Amino acid sequence: MSYIDPHIHMVSRTTDDYRRMALSGCVAITEPAFWAGYDRSSPQGFYDYFQQLTHTEPARAAQYGINHHCWLCINPKEAEDPGFAREVMALIPEFLACDTVLGIGEIGLNKNSKNEMAILEEHLAFAQQHDQLVLVHTPHLEDKRKGTFLIMDAIANTTLNPGRVLIDHVEEHTVRDVLDRGFWAGMTLYPETKCTPQRAADIIEMHGTERLWMNSAGDWGDSDPLAVPKAIVEMRRRGHSAETIRQATLENPKTFLGQSPRFKPGDA
Amino acid sequence: MSESRPNNPMSRTSVIDEYFLDHRAKLLDIAAFLDRVDRAPGDAAEDFRMRAFRNALALLDDGSSERARRVLESMSDQTTELIDVAPGKGACGTPPPEGPGA
Repeated sequence: MSYIDPHIHMVSRTTDDYRRMALSGCVAITEPAFWAGYDRSSPQGFYDYFQQLTHTEPARAAQYGINHHCWLCINPKEAEDPGFAREVMALIPEFLACDTVLGIGEIGLNKNSKNEMAILEEHLAFAQQHDQLVLVHTPHLEDKRKGTFLIMDAIANTTLNPGRVLIDHVEEHTVRDVLDRGFWAGMTLYPETKCTPQRAADIIEMHGTERLWMNSAGDWGDSDPLAVPKAIVEMRRRGHSAETIRQATLENPKTFLGQSPRFKPGDA
Repeated sequence: MSESRPNNPMSRTSVIDEYFLDHRAKLLDIAAFLDRVDRAPGDAAEDFRMRAFRNALALLDDGSSERARRVLESMSDQTTELIDVAPGKGACGTPPPEGPGA
């Protein structure tokens, strides 16, 4: 079964992961800009990172028939220094012209601080000004619920259409509010801090497939680039129809991402 | 979209057949973890994380549904104001008693 992993950090993964994902049915991915596990010491470090996202990874993915796209921003984990963050944001317009860039992401909050919020609001204004799709990171663990509500309120203060914003890393205590406010929601299948494939299937059973997708967010940490196909197996094991599975793992990402003319869903 | 809210097609017995052993093992992991904490030397005052853990455990068998949502909410920061400065990047899993900005 073909699927799309709409959130994975391939800069941290090996080429062999591309091979395994392709063998598992992955036809397209999108890679948000995020923290690399360490703080970059200069805006030049981000310039190189944005080059990697817009040039190196699409070429690497293409070797396995996977269409690679990306999102650009300075992530909230490196946004506590607003001066530094603004220097990085000044690099984004140059890369926005690249034909695999889908929008601004993953922006959001990490510890729900005032500086993080200031930079989030500036990213939202930028997305609004340039008519970009938005992919939102929500905080981890005890900070998630509060951060998710603060982020949704910040977006409500803009003219951004919630239907062009995906709020990621939802769990059982945030998914309903995100959907009720008109946003798209992403479930991240991550071993310890987010959802398991089993819980993702439970959430679909409780909340439906409308405006909901799942992703691996595979990165440099303990994560699994095959998490989405494992969730497909979990849903099959429960007896869900091929149509339901396809909706959550292929059609929904195609619908949301297809709002950008640059998105290429691949051979699906 | 033909199935906006697809129910689990499995019967209750099938769910138990399919998942019981896996979750029996997870239950034993929790039991062994609590024993490990008890055996370890240290301050008699209970760590705030363990208090939250025990509070969450009580939710599992209180007869109400939506346990996953309620456990997550019980371990969530309930404040609503932005903090002045991020104290670091990490999270510890449940709000520290001194507040989210500590």
